[in-house]
Order: sequence, then structure tokens, then C-alpha cells
Amino acid sequence: MYKLWTKLTGVAAAALMVIPDVVLAAGEKASLLVIVADTRKLTGWQAWFANLYNESHLYFTIVTVVAIPIIGVILGFLADLVMSRIGIDLKSRELSEH
Amino acid sequence: MDWLYVLMPISGVTVFWPGLVILGIGVGIIGGFFGMGGAWMVTPGLNILGFPMAFAIGTDIAHMAGKSLISTMRHGKFGNVDYRLGVIMIVGTVAGFEIGAQMIMWLERIGKVEMIVRWMYVVLLILIAWMVFADVAKKRKKENEARAKGQDVDKLATGIEWHKTFHKLKIPPMVHFKAAGFTCSAWLPIFISFVTGWLAGILGIGGGLIRMPALIYFIGCPTHIAVGTDLFEVMISGLYGAGTYTFKGRTELVAAVIMLCGAAMGAQVGTVATKYIKGYGIRIAFGIAVVGCCISVIMKLIPKYIAGTQVVMDIASTTLILGLVTALSLYILIKMLQGAKQEVAAKKGRA
Repeated sequence: MYKLWTKLTGVAAAALMVIPDVVLAAGEKASLLVIVADTRKLTGWQAWFANLYNESHLYFTIVTVVAIPIIGVILGFLADLVMSRIGIDLKSRELSEH
Repeated sequence: MDWLYVLMPISGVTVFWPGLVILGIGVGIIGGFFGMGGAWMVTPGLNILGFPMAFAIGTDIAHMAGKSLISTMRHGKFGNVDYRLGVIMIVGTVAGFEIGAQMIMWLERIGKVEMIVRWMYVVLLILIAWMVFADVAKKRKKENEARAKGQDVDKLATGIEWHKTFHKLKIPPMVHFKAAGFTCSAWLPIFISFVTGWLAGILGIGGGLIRMPALIYFIGCPTHIAVGTDLFEVMISGLYGAGTYTFKGRTELVAAVIMLCGAAMGAQVGTVATKYIKGYGIRIAFGIAVVGCCISVIMKLIPKYIAGTQVVMDIASTTLILGLVTALSLYILIKMLQGAKQEVAAKKGRA
């Protein structure tokens, strides 16, 4: 069973690495048009961010892929705190029917 | 009122940020409740806010990944995610999606297939809606028959039970899915996820809309587990999709984060609402969402047959989708608040 899981996880990971077109939700494929961010009016973090985009899509992708889950976890944690203030049980569900 | 607008550093446009937050809340609620990414709802909303369409899909997927992560965390705490099932299904989804995407490219080289694909989407949505409402009708019939005989109504009874036939297939390896509560051949979820992935690849959609009912009717997941497990898949695939689109330079991270601020709260509301709404309540609301999506696709097809209706149909379709998002979000929010109020009152009563 352990071997099966190892194989399945390996195949999934390999497929995600290799296949480029997965999960392009609801849409058309991005065209080959190159977009360049206009940094002339930008200052501070916005200028840094736009420059990062212009200089390397790879670094920009790494920042995005790392930032999204981190921000998601932080916002999720904060939203959790707000929800827990209501006073409801957030760890179990009584309803078990289909 | 300049403070209500934020400059997008990549695309260079200014966008009404409260609109992004509201859109995030709406799709967060619906996504957390139904277990889907909801790209078909986000794109028209971004369009209305004046968001450049070149960035719409990538931005939507990036926010979807974060939103699904939040929903998965919450559903996981309720025990609604079968991680084993989710991992197995990724294999089939990825393979099926790629074959579907390659197939559609091959068909495009042969001839024009856009219309065929759109009509296929309509037929599929009609089938899903039929499946949901036929299931509801069958369950009600069973309940009425039980009542007429003076028997107790089985809370776990379902209408359509195709999954029971599929579970009889004993092709090894047999796998027990603890959270979902059944044992079946590993090939069943692989095959079903392959087919749903293939359909998503052909139709050019994320697939949550197809996978959620497939998890219920073909694999046999209880509704809540189907929602949670589907979100787990959306989370993984969304993060990968965000990486792919961002690498192509098509993601406006600032907009995604602003949407995520709303979606974080929306996802919590949608997910917690599943605690108070019975499985069949979720199925009926899902069926209504599918009908709305189907009508919006038909509206987009009408101008292909009737000249001069493009503008009217675009407005009608966008209004329908945004109206549907608003109505469903409000319904889920009200149900969640009512349920929370009752739970808090019951707690106080016990104390």
C-alpha cells in the first residue's frame, strides 16, 4: 500500500511538473503577446514590483506562488479568529447525512 | 474619492478596489459552499470593474488558489476532506485534462470546433442539472413512500445510487477512504477523475463544476466530503495554474491579494454554512447555480445565430451571473447566520 502511494504521488508530482496546460480555468490560452509594465509613474514597492515583473517572469512567478499560500494562510487565520468570536464550534459538524 | 481606486502596477490601470473585495467575498462564499473555483463567475465581474482581460484568468486562478486553501483548511477541520481520495484523483485529472486539451487543439487544426464545444458545455450542464434534480425528486419519493408505510425516514438515504453499482467492481487495489466512508477500487476515482479532467480539458474550464457532482453520484461521496475534497483539488491545481499563468506574465498579484482579502472571509462563511445546511440543501443550490451557468452560456451562443444581439446578450449574461452570485451568496450568508444564532442560543441554554 505504501508503494502504491509512493507511486501515485510520484506520478502526480511528475505530471504537474511536466504538463504545462493543466487547469487553465475557463478560458482561452494566453497569447504570445509580451506585456511590459510601465514603471515611469511608479514609486516604492510598486516600482520594485513592476521592475521585478519586467526583469524576470521567473522571479515574479516564484514571488507569486510563494506569496499566495502565505497570504492565504494569514488571511485564513485572521478570518478564523473573527469567526471564533461568534462563539460557534468550528471543529466539528453534527450533520452527517448525504 | 481617489482612495477608492488602486493602481495595478503591472497592467497600469486603476481599479475600484472595494469592487474586487466584494467580488472576492461573493465567490469566496460560493466556492467554499459548493467546492468549486468559480472562474465562470469571476471573469464577468472583473470585466465590469474594468480589469484588463489579458490578466483576468491568471489573476482569478491566483486568488482561487489562496481562497481554496482557506476553504480546504476550514473543511479539513470539519472532517470534510478525504485527502487520500484527493491525491488519487489528481492523477486522473491531470492525465485527462492534458488529453482533452491536446484533443481540442487537434480538432481546432481540423476545423472550427468552438461552437461544438460550447454546445457540448450546454449539454453537459443540462445533464448535471438533470442529475441533481432527478436525485432530489427520487429522494423525496423514497421519503414519501417510507412515511406512507409508517416507517422511519433514513437520514442517510440518497436518491440516485449509481455509486453502489460502481463499488461492486472489485478490481485491485481496493482502497478504503476513511473520511468519505467507503471502500472501492482505486481505479474508480482514477477513471472518474480522468473523464472529468478530460471534459474540463476539452471545454477549457477548471472542472470543479463537473467534479463535485461526479464525486457524489459516481464515486459515492457524501455531499460535504465531495465539497471539501473538490476544494483540495482546486487548491493544488489552482496553485499550479497560478504559477503557469504568472510565468506567462498574466497575473496581477495586487488584484489577486485584494480579492483574497474578501475571499478569506467569504470562504469562511461558505464553509461554515455547510455545517448548517443539509447535504441535499447544498445539492439543490448547486443545481440552481448550474442552471444559471447554463443559461449564461446559451446567452453567449445566441449572437452567433441572431445578428445584432451581441451587446444585449453580453449585458444580460453578465447581469444573470452577477445576480446569481449575489442571490446565492445572500442565501448562504443568511443560512450561516441563522445556524450560528441557533447554535449560540443552544449553548447558552445548556450553560
